[in-house]
Amino acid sequence: MTLDLYGFGPALAAGTLMTIKLALSALALGLVLGLLGALAKTSPYKPLQWLGGTYSTIVRGIPELLWVLLIYFGTVQLMRNLADLLGIESLELSAFAAGTIALGICFGAYATEVFRGAILAIPKGHREAGQALGLSRPRIFWRLILPQMWRIALPGLGNLFMILMKDTALVSVIGLEEIMRRSQIAVTSSKEPFTFFLVAAFIYLGLTIVAMIGLHFLEKRSSRGFIRSAG
Amino acid sequence: MNWEVIIKWLPRLAEGAMLTLELVAIAVVAGLILAIPMGIARASRHWYVRALPYGYIFFFRGTPLLVQLFLVYYGLAQFDAVREGPLWPYLRSPYWCAILTMTLHTAAYIAEILRGAIQAVPSGEVEAARALGMSRFQTMFYIILPRAARIGLPAYSNEVILMLKASSLASTVTLLELTGMARTIIARTYLPVEIFFAAGMFYLLIAFILVRGFKLLEHWLRVDACQGR
Repeated sequence: MTLDLYGFGPALAAGTLMTIKLALSALALGLVLGLLGALAKTSPYKPLQWLGGTYSTIVRGIPELLWVLLIYFGTVQLMRNLADLLGIESLELSAFAAGTIALGICFGAYATEVFRGAILAIPKGHREAGQALGLSRPRIFWRLILPQMWRIALPGLGNLFMILMKDTALVSVIGLEEIMRRSQIAVTSSKEPFTFFLVAAFIYLGLTIVAMIGLHFLEKRSSRGFIRSAG
Repeated sequence: MNWEVIIKWLPRLAEGAMLTLELVAIAVVAGLILAIPMGIARASRHWYVRALPYGYIFFFRGTPLLVQLFLVYYGLAQFDAVREGPLWPYLRSPYWCAILTMTLHTAAYIAEILRGAIQAVPSGEVEAARALGMSRFQTMFYIILPRAARIGLPAYSNEVILMLKASSLASTVTLLELTGMARTIIARTYLPVEIFFAAGMFYLLIAFILVRGFKLLEHWLRVDACQGR
């Protein structure tokens, strides 16, 4: 087993960059969806509660791989209709966009539960204090609930982000050139599958470690001013 | 939505669902058996006992299942010793590779669940057992493990459902389980939305049945009563 990677080093580095880009853009979409889902689930309106509940239940019950495939192959007809409507020659979802949407939807469904827990953990008195001061509902959310919520939601979100980062490997199935796809390409020409998949595994491990360190600092930062309970 | 196509291909999808169930069932049971010694070792007071399962768990939890699957299915063939070894008839078949990988993968997660559960057993109960003259071995088997099983059961049911979803990755090594079957049917019918929708419904149904089943099991093992609720 030689470790010069037969000149595939730069390709794998580019793949790593693509994985990071995909993970971050899915994270951004997922956070928005998760916040919306949690707001819907905690809202006083029954239809919104139902919508939020259905979203998180259905998405969490179906494998991520199926979402990736469904979004990528299932939207072809939809995009064709849209292109006809707009009068454009052809319109299609790139593997990157499909991966971002699929992983974002999955992340959002789990984040819905994390955010919901965090919203419920904010003492009721804080909301009432906001109302007594005459703040509007959106302002109470932005100024009172959201800033306090992050601290509570962060550990849960961190776990979800680690899962998301590993799930990015699934997008290689629809041909996005991230770590897995690049290693598969390297395998076809080098005929050394174990070497390259092991290298891929260690890249993922490295990314996980970096994410863990980053989260540690974020958690430390977000809990400034809070005394850690003994234990 | 073309319902006729869905109904027409339903038996084939059910066939795939059976394979999915088979993969998951074998993996979570074998994984549990593998995880018990690992979880006990992971909860040990000695660092040298903890170190080995820690490394194993760190690798399997830190890398994607897809990478692990490819390492086993494509990777092992790189070594002549494996190809000429006695296990080659098994290691060349996607079925056994998927089962092996899923078992090793889920064992890491279950071991971690078990460690948490063992450490959550109230120390007073362990001390009581020791005071009654039970040996360390007896304490482990009659007090700690039955108690840890009940504490860890909800987390274990989560893990089983995660494995149900993870089993869809077996389709990438040509196995015709639910997702693989759906992809095969789509290659023939060109109707991705309908078939993936039907496959998704199958997964939801299986997950729903599993959730119900574990609720019953929790009731039967009187998990609530043990938690003092």
